[in-house]
Amino acid sequence: MTPATFTTLTSIVKQRSGGVINPDQGYMLETRLAPLLKREGLPSLDALALRLAAPRSETLAQEMTELLTTNESSFFRDGRPFEHLRALLPVLHRARPPGTALRIWSAACSTGQEAYSISILASELGEADPGFATRRVEILGTDICGAVLERARKGLFTQFEVQRGLPVRTLVKRFAQEETRWRIRPEIAARCRFERMNLLGDLRALGRFDVIFCRNVLIYFDVPTKARVLDALADRLQPDGALYLGAAETALGMGARLTPLPGERGVYGVAAEAERLRA
Amino acid sequence: MTGTVLVVDDSAVVCKLARHMLERHGFAVREAEHGGAALQACQEALPDLVLLDRNMPVLDGLGFLRALRAAHGPDRPAVVMCTTEAAQQRILEGLEAGADEYVMKPFDEVILLEKLARVGFAPA
Repeated sequence: MTPATFTTLTSIVKQRSGGVINPDQGYMLETRLAPLLKREGLPSLDALALRLAAPRSETLAQEMTELLTTNESSFFRDGRPFEHLRALLPVLHRARPPGTALRIWSAACSTGQEAYSISILASELGEADPGFATRRVEILGTDICGAVLERARKGLFTQFEVQRGLPVRTLVKRFAQEETRWRIRPEIAARCRFERMNLLGDLRALGRFDVIFCRNVLIYFDVPTKARVLDALADRLQPDGALYLGAAETALGMGARLTPLPGERGVYGVAAEAERLRA
Repeated sequence: MTGTVLVVDDSAVVCKLARHMLERHGFAVREAEHGGAALQACQEALPDLVLLDRNMPVLDGLGFLRALRAAHGPDRPAVVMCTTEAAQQRILEGLEAGADEYVMKPFDEVILLEKLARVGFAPA
């Protein structure tokens, strides 16, 4: 790919989505656009840039933009934590007095897929168990980036985004189509709110949560910062609650306040309570 | 589990693209250019899975699905529709006719493999 091609393609993306692609992300263009090149019968990204400069390339430009701006987040990302949560939420429901809410925090929620996935799961649990249906579930999504929060609040996703992680029956049941996009249905969105929040700031005003999802965030921190954030998360977690980290992340060696829960990698509880459950 | 996938699409480009993606992950691939040819192929040997376009000459995807269901009942292969027909109503029609999953074109390898995994065919 020539520098001119890189400039052409990334300028189109910036103009259409505001998304900035840095020169060191050239690999992303290669990998994400490969299927588009193949479908269009184009031999290279340089050929794609030429095609986009020609008339009647509107659809192609839009498709390229969506391929390059699709966030790494996806619905029900990694699958297994949500299956763990599916088993955990009824347990927490039975352990809580009637009338109180189960509080769930999606920390670094990006464009909201994790928060909405949890809300879809809560709806599924409520449909299977009328008792659970009476339980209020509040989901807070926070992120440091205002732009992704705006997108999260809209709850409007591209065709590419909804095809990742969602079974088609869940898609048609929990979303409504708006032209080429899909909007999360109001009853799913109603459980979720989104706020700007820095994980390194004072988190005490958030209160305590029954469940915290903080996945694929700690990998960006150095060890002291990671330990500090884990400590703050432990403070926000109910004694019998669960913290979900990313598949490649661990709280081990980061102090004794969090301990792995049995049965699933990457799920942690507050140490004293987890020890009591083991006894 | 991989297996044999019958790719049914009147676009040679889509067939080639799907074949490339599937063979890379251990699937054996056969092709049919419309629903009629696909029924013929199923009579010769039932595939494990069908990747099915909707709008095709001779016999369209929904017609093929109904015929497949009538001929093989619950023992029919899994069917993933793969079509530009992305309207909610069209998707519901596909599911009603018996599709197990649904890919909206354009798609990429990640989406295709995930949908196949959903109907029980994880890549090698």
